[in-house]
Amino acid sequence: MEARKKSVYLFVLAGLAVAVTLALLVSPWASSSPDGLEKVAEDKGFLEKAEETEPAWKNAPIPDYAMPGLTKETVDEETGEVVEEPTRLATGLAGLAGTVAIFLIAWGLALVLKKKPPEETGATP
Amino acid sequence: MHIPDGFLNTAVSVATGAAAAGAVGYGAYKAREELDEKSVPLLALCAAFIFAAQMLNFPVAGGTSGHFLGGVLAAVLLGPWLGGLVLTLVLVVQALGFADGGVTALGANVFNMALVGTIAAYFIFRGLKGALPRSRFYFLASTGAAAWLSVMLASGACAVELALSGTSPLGVALPAMLGIHAIIGVGEATITVLVVSVVLAVRPDLVRTWDLTVSVPEKAKAEVNG
Repeated sequence: MEARKKSVYLFVLAGLAVAVTLALLVSPWASSSPDGLEKVAEDKGFLEKAEETEPAWKNAPIPDYAMPGLTKETVDEETGEVVEEPTRLATGLAGLAGTVAIFLIAWGLALVLKKKPPEETGATP
Repeated sequence: MHIPDGFLNTAVSVATGAAAAGAVGYGAYKAREELDEKSVPLLALCAAFIFAAQMLNFPVAGGTSGHFLGGVLAAVLLGPWLGGLVLTLVLVVQALGFADGGVTALGANVFNMALVGTIAAYFIFRGLKGALPRSRFYFLASTGAAAWLSVMLASGACAVELALSGTSPLGVALPAMLGIHAIIGVGEATITVLVVSVVLAVRPDLVRTWDLTVSVPEKAKAEVNG
């Protein structure tokens, strides 16, 4: 039984390593094109509705999957203006932080939700 | 397909929020019975993996990208209730921690991706699995089909919410959303089948919905033991 339990942890550890690798090393190279909904909003002319709306929650510690403070200056291809843009490191670190944080939060939440094992009071003779 | 603030009106936000809260509450209640020593770490892993995988936008047609949803993966690995809980948690962390998906649209996002894209999609998976012959191939085929449908249904629900909110008429939003997500769904099905195959190969006992009695390693063992 003990060996079985250990091997679940081994599996989880290996899986977490994969997740961390994806978040830290692969996510900086993910496509930055608009996603399905964003593209539809753009094409069908209702993206402004979101752009004009003040976000209801402004305290996100890592907005837009970019670790704050890690930016580089680049020239916007369309306007020619110099803009601050998050570096690949900012994206990777955001991914790492999120993956580890959500792993811990999920574990904690699952422990809280989990039914307590039946109490062994030793009352029965 | 994380809906930002500003796309939905109050009525739709409140209605989807109430439906989401009710279902997640029920899911959490059901989940209590299913959580044990083994499923707690697996749930944590599943949440972390889905969060990471959702960051990996892949390019699809015409300057658009799509990313993994993970609802069917979570439901196949953990069952619908724990799976729905995982997706809900991912969406809450994305909204509060990363400003991905509006907080006023959180109920709708949970409705679309955790209820429709995970819990409802699980019952599609189960229906397909029950109707098809019992084999590893058809198990994975059911997984893939449910994964594709989960993305279609979730994006369809999103289009209905946009229409009900007066943001975009259904005749415009629905075909546009379904059209692009029919392609994104292929990515979803591919990733889901790939990950489930790997887990089945390594640890079939960790796939909650896997109910085929003779798995390959067991058969091999039986042959060795005579």
